[in-house]
Amino acid sequence: MNIFNMTIHELHTALKGKQISSVEATSAMLKRIEAVEPNVGSFITVTPEHALAAAGKADQLIAQGACELLTGIPLAIKDIFLTEGIRTTCGSRILHNFIPPYSATSWEKLCDCGAVLLGKLNQDEFAMGSSNESSAYGTTRNPWDTTCIPGGSSGGSAAAVAARQAIATLGTDTGGSIRQPASHCGCVGLKPTYGRVSRYGVIAYASSLDQVGPLTRDVADCAVMLGALAGHDPKDSTSVDTPVPDYSATLSQGVKGLRIGLPKEYFIDGLDPDVQKAMDAAIDTYRRLGAEFVDISLPHTDYAVATYYLIATAEASSNLARYDGVRFGHRAEADGLLEMYTKSRSEGFGSEVKRRIMLGTYALSSGYYDAYYVKAQKVRTLIMNDFISAFADVDVMLTPVAPTPAFKVGEKINDPLQMYLSDIFTIPVNLAGTCAMSIPAGFSAAGLPIGLQLIGKPFGEETVLQAGFAFEQATEWHTRKATI
Amino acid sequence: MEMTVTDVEYVARLARLELSLKEKELFAGQMGAILGYVEKLKELNTDGIVPTSHAVPMENSFREDIVFSPIGLEKALANAPDRAGSFFAVPKVIE
Amino acid sequence: MKYQPVIGLEVHVQLLTDTKIFCGCSTKFGAEPNSQTCPVCLGLPGALPVLNKKVVEFAIKAGLSTNCSITPRSIFARKNYFYPDLPKGYQISQFEDPICQHGWLDIAVDGDTVKRIGITRIHMEEDAGKLVHGELSGPGDGSGVDLNRACTPLLEVVSEPDLRTSDEAVTYLKQLHQIVTWLGICDGNMEEGSFRCDANVSVMPVGSNTLGTRAEIKNVNSFKFVKQAIEYEIQRQIDLIEDGGTVVQETRLFDPNSGTTRSMRSKEEAHDYRYFPDPDLVPLVISDEWINRSRQELPELPEQRRQRFMDELGLPLYDAEVLTASRALADYFEAGIAAHSNAKAVGNWIMGEITRALNDSGTAIEACPIAPGQLAELLTLIDNGTISGKIAKTVFDEMWRSGKAPQVIVEEQGLVQVSDGDAIERMIDEIMAANAGQVDEYRSGKEKVFGFFVGQVMKASKGKANPSVVNELLLGKLKG
Repeated sequence: MNIFNMTIHELHTALKGKQISSVEATSAMLKRIEAVEPNVGSFITVTPEHALAAAGKADQLIAQGACELLTGIPLAIKDIFLTEGIRTTCGSRILHNFIPPYSATSWEKLCDCGAVLLGKLNQDEFAMGSSNESSAYGTTRNPWDTTCIPGGSSGGSAAAVAARQAIATLGTDTGGSIRQPASHCGCVGLKPTYGRVSRYGVIAYASSLDQVGPLTRDVADCAVMLGALAGHDPKDSTSVDTPVPDYSATLSQGVKGLRIGLPKEYFIDGLDPDVQKAMDAAIDTYRRLGAEFVDISLPHTDYAVATYYLIATAEASSNLARYDGVRFGHRAEADGLLEMYTKSRSEGFGSEVKRRIMLGTYALSSGYYDAYYVKAQKVRTLIMNDFISAFADVDVMLTPVAPTPAFKVGEKINDPLQMYLSDIFTIPVNLAGTCAMSIPAGFSAAGLPIGLQLIGKPFGEETVLQAGFAFEQATEWHTRKATI
Repeated sequence: MEMTVTDVEYVARLARLELSLKEKELFAGQMGAILGYVEKLKELNTDGIVPTSHAVPMENSFREDIVFSPIGLEKALANAPDRAGSFFAVPKVIE
Repeated sequence: MKYQPVIGLEVHVQLLTDTKIFCGCSTKFGAEPNSQTCPVCLGLPGALPVLNKKVVEFAIKAGLSTNCSITPRSIFARKNYFYPDLPKGYQISQFEDPICQHGWLDIAVDGDTVKRIGITRIHMEEDAGKLVHGELSGPGDGSGVDLNRACTPLLEVVSEPDLRTSDEAVTYLKQLHQIVTWLGICDGNMEEGSFRCDANVSVMPVGSNTLGTRAEIKNVNSFKFVKQAIEYEIQRQIDLIEDGGTVVQETRLFDPNSGTTRSMRSKEEAHDYRYFPDPDLVPLVISDEWINRSRQELPELPEQRRQRFMDELGLPLYDAEVLTASRALADYFEAGIAAHSNAKAVGNWIMGEITRALNDSGTAIEACPIAPGQLAELLTLIDNGTISGKIAKTVFDEMWRSGKAPQVIVEEQGLVQVSDGDAIERMIDEIMAANAGQVDEYRSGKEKVFGFFVGQVMKASKGKANPSVVNELLLGKLKG
């Protein structure tokens, strides 16, 4: 078996059994990256020296008998995570030369477990996009069909798992940025509950919506990664101090008697027939496994995209003010201060980022604040209430992740609104602050992966993982591999 | 929702963005379309609804008043596009 | 036409915490530029703020001491604008729901009249960094940014436009200054910018109910400058209106060298700060228990203490005011009277010798080399006749210089008062014998020569002779 096809659990067993060293595994991954990268473009920066040094250290630990699940496992992370001493661009030209002096808490936690960093993954610029086309470092391709987008904004994170360039990866999800690319690339992607994982050291897009999560080959790996990432961080005021359960221990509890909600607003006429078919099949599978289905309603679903694009862009317009060319990042040649600001920012940001900064600035500006921003915050309350009432009756919800499989590169690039609408099923989860996971649930006629979304209650990751694991045990979608 | 080039210029100035005329026209159209779509929120009666600014209900996250070691001058200035001694250097600021 | 000035003050109070408001960097003044920084106060990507609890405690104390109500649930907001000293491109402040609201201070105007000055709000915020111009070691004529001060905790105390004269403004400001230093939440150093004031000034015709357009004057960093700046600005606006012009709403900078104000070009742009709740910080909820605990921890405030000094110790108003000028001074006084029962005498010495010596040497009362107990000992030596009041001043100077106890100095230098009648009589005899002419003069009715004889005796005794004994004996001898 090729090392690069392994899951965390498989590689861990091999490392622990001394059948292979972390340095060998890491070298194999680096070779794999080199081989397929020209076709996929998952990475912005590959860090071979760093990886081999970390692998060497992991091997020492393993030799001493300290082999935890992530010790020596080669991972890659979205270029939105700050990595001390390693360039971090966030997919933007404005950070083309930024070498952070500190690391993100989430990445540090994985390092503490002995994980090995292969490199930094491509993404939409500042996580603003659903296709990876807004990256300043080229568009990542979908490993299942390189004429298609991998999804976004964690497109590189999903593509790297699908193209087997990393055993698992980290992404961030603000409006679906983990789940949608996971769905399009046929891997598992989890957006934890807001506050479950620290945001410290993760470049902010929309602070009240951003959340860190793993992308993996299967649900069991996802549980391991979440266990390592979750927990309170004193450096993040919004990280929650509730205990972290042992997600792996409860994985195989099954779904007998589990009440699964089907929100009617997610099964609409415009749904791609292949997606509909995959959902129907998934429902059948769960029924066979003993789950009960309940028809539910999330009545304000139709307002989620509008709400999201006001809140997210408003927060983004403020979060991105720090890119001013004073302390770090790109600075343009300019006469005078004002010109330094405008030129640096205009040269540094791509057009999707500019568009969102403009939109957000407008939504907050004098005279429009109440009509746009405050209104959106109020509708957000209604959307959260939808989830609270629906969850009174069900344990999890089952929905599609995206209305269609991956679309073609360039297909929606000139119509931002159409692009925004492709996130319709993922955005409400971020607004409600709860957790959701995308798992492979089939393929389109054209051979593109289709994901299924399991939405959990706030801090209900355990149940989501159990439901996902049961489905995975009963199907073989997650074992299929893109030929690249 | 109509968005004029003048509106775009006002917002661009606030956001410290310099846009070409072509970009201004493009943004005016695209932002107009997005804001037009957003108008649908007005269908909802939100009287008496409390706006939500945080996804998870939390309060009172504090740190104690204990000095933490700074990252150090060189690290602080390492990414500076321009520096003068221990300062970040910028074009002259006129007050 | 006569004009009525209307003045409101916005005071920035830098809090005496060890660390910044949202990160653990030190707030110490005077460090090498940018050496007290971290990802948070540098505004690096990914960094997040965490609120310093002490800042909240200080804010509650300030609010309770200025009769404010404490907001049960307050939030932080971002104030968005670009400036090189503002690392994140926004300042974390409070906008809607500040921590303290609806307070007041009573100030004395024209002697005894009390006037209530409303305090609209007190909110917490972070300070910006510092810009340096034209003194950089590097090339070019640019500006330098030092972010050591960035993220330092501030309270902004906003008054109602209730002030009518520059004197009222200064009185209000001094009272506020006294409260925050008294509470120990601010060092009050105006030169270093720990206590700074912006003044909103407008004028309207006397009798009008419509406020005029106001100008905001920045950078007034002493009480004297506040008076100067406000007076200049009032006159400027009156002159402008009299000349047919109109006042424009703008920010003006006070220039202490010329005593004038000038328009700030950089702040001309219309303000559109786009305030919105900061999603990185969670709401601040202050329970009644917390407020009560804070109230119990409050020290006795200057006004209460002044009243007590008058009621319980019988001090006159003037003395009580001087002795409560600062909490440390009042504490010194109280420690003094704990060891000596004559409050008036202790007070006089503190207001006299101690204050003079402190001023001459530029020493703060906290660093006074004479402990209150030692001052009380000195007074006891006077009371029991060991030394005279005059000698006591000599002893005081030596105590100041050497830090020795008064008893020790008196013994070492042999300064014990001579009250022994025989010894003084001998001195008087000698002096009278040597000055027969003056004796005759006195006896012929020139009684003012008596002073000459007292002086001679004191001189002969090196000041140690007990003055009352000298007087009594001398009188007897001269009368013959």
